[in-house]
Amino acid sequence: MSEAAPITEEANLRLAPGVMLRQDRTRGSWVLMAPERVLVLDEIALEVVRACAQGKASVSEGIDALSQSFDAPRSDITSDVLDLLTDLRNRGFLVS
Amino acid sequence: MTVMTGTKPLACGVGGGLEPPLAILAELTHRCPLACPYCSNPLELEAQSRELDTATWKRVLDEAAEMGVLQVHFSGGEPLLRRDIEELITHASGAGLYVNLITSAAALDRARIERLRDAGLHHIQISFQDTEAKEADRIAGFPSGHERKLKAAREVVAAGVALTVNAVIQRSNIDHAEAFIDLALELGAGRIEIANVQYYGWALLNRPALMPTREQLIRMDEKIRARLPSLKGRLVVDYVVPDYYARRPKACMGGWGRRFMNITPSGKVLPCHAAETIPNLAFETVKDRSLAEIWTDGPAFAAYRGTAWMPEPCQGCEFKEVDWGGCRCQALAIAGDASATDPICERSDKHALVAELAERDSTAGQAITYRGYVTRK
Repeated sequence: MSEAAPITEEANLRLAPGVMLRQDRTRGSWVLMAPERVLVLDEIALEVVRACAQGKASVSEGIDALSQSFDAPRSDITSDVLDLLTDLRNRGFLVS
Repeated sequence: MTVMTGTKPLACGVGGGLEPPLAILAELTHRCPLACPYCSNPLELEAQSRELDTATWKRVLDEAAEMGVLQVHFSGGEPLLRRDIEELITHASGAGLYVNLITSAAALDRARIERLRDAGLHHIQISFQDTEAKEADRIAGFPSGHERKLKAAREVVAAGVALTVNAVIQRSNIDHAEAFIDLALELGAGRIEIANVQYYGWALLNRPALMPTREQLIRMDEKIRARLPSLKGRLVVDYVVPDYYARRPKACMGGWGRRFMNITPSGKVLPCHAAETIPNLAFETVKDRSLAEIWTDGPAFAAYRGTAWMPEPCQGCEFKEVDWGGCRCQALAIAGDASATDPICERSDKHALVAELAERDSTAGQAITYRGYVTRK
């Protein structure tokens, strides 16, 4: 079997079983907590996960929201967002 | 335990530039229905009468969360033998900790899984001794154990709890390493640990019965690496290679006293589960001082933390803050000195001895000694 296909705008993503978005108060950061793993999110990754990977909106709707809140043209951010989501999915933090 | 960072370093700490640990391993009991010959518990198991009580464990969990620990691993022995396990999970989860349970699954039915889940458990890890029942039961010394584990694993996934398959690899099952991946996929696990046995404690005692040959290892490694790309996004793979045939040491525990604390059933706080094999290290218990105090300046943690303790050639080595000097217990077990360069490293003057030991043991054909309580003479 070949590698999983990249995430597209049509996808609906949620956190994988056992994965949680948590604030790490001691270190002042947000993290994705997963079985025996911790992924520290920077500000941008946090906003992308919040907008696109909580199972509430499609990736496309998430990109719309990010484009608005960061006042950035949709075409400028789309491929970066999809790359980040694909990477997180490939590492087992997200599922569709 | 793996930590990955985006753009931000993990900063802050408990003082003096020292970061708090990310995880604690809470060994609730050394009692276990299985008798695996590579058990990570010490040869001298702690008796039930010495186990910490519920109130003390709760305090320890609070102290851990307070100092910045993110995950707790309830382990043993078999942690489900503790009658207060649900209560401890509820407490840990309530304190904000991510809760892992590492179990033999010998007595884990659907109702129990749901109680554990509802108590706040996030993840269950079940060890498998082989992919074939007869051989798995022989290694575990527990008839019908494999069948029970399979049933429990399916129930874990059905109950919506994240499952890790822990495949413990040694000579008799190394040719089934790929079959373990198929098993994990079939069970619906999100993660697999392909964990080649690390030779401490019971495993060191049984090394001649467990050590794979170099040829077996090469064959397994090629097969696993060929499978990895297709598993992206389907199964998280933690692949622990056996270091006896390696040229560079592992960053054991992510570095001594950098990431991790191990608490024994009686409350001793250790930098790693095998640390008690090192003579002349003084271990404090959770009854002596708080976890944060023990972490910050406890003598056992200070002994090999950082790089100041390192001898040459480690001191001048460009990798000293990559592997943090490798493994102290291994330096003791093979080189006879816990402060020596890890002999796994090709820069150690004892390095040739490691391959020699591995090759000798891999064809030794010794009967296994099962884990168990022994009366000291």
